[in-house]
Amino acid sequence: MSRVLMRGNEAIAEAAIRSGLKCYFCYPITPQGELVEYMARELPKRGGVFLQAESEVAAINMVYGAAAAGVRTMTSSSSPGISLKQEGISYIAMARLPCVIVNMMRGGPGLGNIAPAQGDYFQATKGGGHGDYRLIVLAPSTVPEATELVRLAFDLADKYRVPAMILADGMIGQMMEPVKLPEPVDSADIPPRPWALTGARGRPKNVISSFDLEPEGLRRMNLVLQETYREIERAEVRWEEMETEDAELIVVAYGTMGRIVKTVVRLARAEGLKVGLLRPITLWPFPYGAIRRLAERTRAVFTVELSAGQMWEDVRLAVEGRAETPFYGELGGVVPSPNRILEEVKKYVG
Amino acid sequence: MPKGIVVVDKERCKGCGLCVEACPFKVLDFSSEYNSSGYQVTYMAHPEKCTGCAVCANVCPDVALEVYREERSVKGAT
Amino acid sequence: MSVEVAIPEGYVRAFAKPAALSDAKFTYCPGCHHGIITRLVAEVLDELGILERTVGIAPVGCAVFLDRFFHCDFVQAAHGRACAVATGIKRARPDLVVFTYQGDGDLAAIGTAETVHAANRGENITVIFVNNGIYGMTGGEMAPTTLPGQRTVTTPTGREPRLHGYPLKISEMLAQLDGPAYISRQAVFDYSHVVKAKRAVLKAFRNQLEGKGFSLVEILSTCPTNWRMSPTEAGRWVAERVTEVFPLGDLKDVG
Repeated sequence: MSRVLMRGNEAIAEAAIRSGLKCYFCYPITPQGELVEYMARELPKRGGVFLQAESEVAAINMVYGAAAAGVRTMTSSSSPGISLKQEGISYIAMARLPCVIVNMMRGGPGLGNIAPAQGDYFQATKGGGHGDYRLIVLAPSTVPEATELVRLAFDLADKYRVPAMILADGMIGQMMEPVKLPEPVDSADIPPRPWALTGARGRPKNVISSFDLEPEGLRRMNLVLQETYREIERAEVRWEEMETEDAELIVVAYGTMGRIVKTVVRLARAEGLKVGLLRPITLWPFPYGAIRRLAERTRAVFTVELSAGQMWEDVRLAVEGRAETPFYGELGGVVPSPNRILEEVKKYVG
Repeated sequence: MPKGIVVVDKERCKGCGLCVEACPFKVLDFSSEYNSSGYQVTYMAHPEKCTGCAVCANVCPDVALEVYREERSVKGAT
Repeated sequence: MSVEVAIPEGYVRAFAKPAALSDAKFTYCPGCHHGIITRLVAEVLDELGILERTVGIAPVGCAVFLDRFFHCDFVQAAHGRACAVATGIKRARPDLVVFTYQGDGDLAAIGTAETVHAANRGENITVIFVNNGIYGMTGGEMAPTTLPGQRTVTTPTGREPRLHGYPLKISEMLAQLDGPAYISRQAVFDYSHVVKAKRAVLKAFRNQLEGKGFSLVEILSTCPTNWRMSPTEAGRWVAERVTEVFPLGDLKDVG
């Protein structure tokens, strides 16, 4: 299959359709508008359901319904809209329904702006809504990677019955890059869903619920979630390393920042500075082990993000004092240049 | 023999009395019996007056009543 | 039934628990009309022979345990979101019969947007709206449908419209929309109204089978516990007072 030039939002939409997406529910918000438009245009033609809901709240609850009915389903939004979806996501998590949620992060808090930001890291990786739950969080740094991670998101969501989130920003959503689109999924490859609501014909009724008034019962439901999360933590941690073998300083950055830091590493190496990059691809489960191993043989593990230091907390948990853990972050949609980041890096290496 | 028989599922009955109130022939009343949930259950105080009309069962919020009707009266009604 | 009674020869069963219902005892308070309404839905599922392709959506509120009572597939929705969840299910699997069963707090307060927009889209679903003018499960707070002057734990001196607004006539509102096929208000405080209410519920499900679109039956219900009335007094209150504010009958019917 040859490569095609596509905008990030559109490539994500196309990858989702090719991943067997049946029902997509949305509410307009920037900077993910192209994703909505693409779905409106393409999904009905390809046998799927596109529905613009009255709110983010309704959209995520439509996802809850479609997921309960046993089809591949998705919603997409951007930071304030994702906040509105949190109640529904919590229900989906406890009801153990697979689905995919795309968050094209923007500057916050509040209405903020539509520029690239990474201020939703806590919300995405620590649960976000009420109760003890996690999402599988995948953070692409390029458009081609975004298309791959969409397929992975659907597959992991199905495999573990855990909702998966694509966490990116308007930079990735709106830039155009050549992508190799995945082959359309064979419906036979989508795992069966014996728990789905399809009508109780020839089987006992299926009930999908997120509650149990009895503490023991609710505890058991929670333990099932926690066991699933431990399994995911063991099997599904993904990250990329660049020039880490001899690095004296490791930068940890994800998504848009992970991409920019690759340039920083090249600039640093050109100056003879032993700088490497660890780019988490799964933000949850987080690559604590990989960072810990690198921390044992480097002077500093430097976190760079478009937030006030959210992933930084996880990096420090991973390093646990084995190395220095400096931080550089930008806020409000300001994206630092590679040279600006290099200046910061030089304070700790060379 | 009465035209109708009301069978009370004593464990479902919550003793709300809506059937007692609704019965057009005052067949039902509260019994002296309590079920395992502590509700004073309903019973046929005057079985001979029952026509099997099932008004009681239709207003029972707990589906606690089953009603039987004499076959002849069913035929007569149709 | 949990009792075995010998029925003499020559008698036929004139009324029994619908097959759609499980043996689980209802969790409603004594005398609450919820139980009648739940049973009417079950009777209709039986009569239409659709139990095996029906999915019910339980709300948050007194009917939160609804899935226990029925033999069909069920999902429990977040507070107020039942119509959105129903939309998701119905769009994913149009061959299923999908119904929501919601109280007034769920449907007409926190879920107003989901209700209005599902109705406006003409979603081909059936909505059973139980209006008892109060939040029962949480202890008797004012609902959007509480009558003026009615005392609740959050309107201890009675609902004062200047402060708390007026009873929300959601069925009248929905009847103004182009989307819905059928909007009806019924009650179950006596036998004849039970019969009429059942006819409306039957129609609301039949409309879905015929693809007519959004059908909602509002059923005025009681809350003897939180109204602090006997079940009989509560029924009378509905007949005499509630129906003045919420008149019975079909508000929209496309036929």
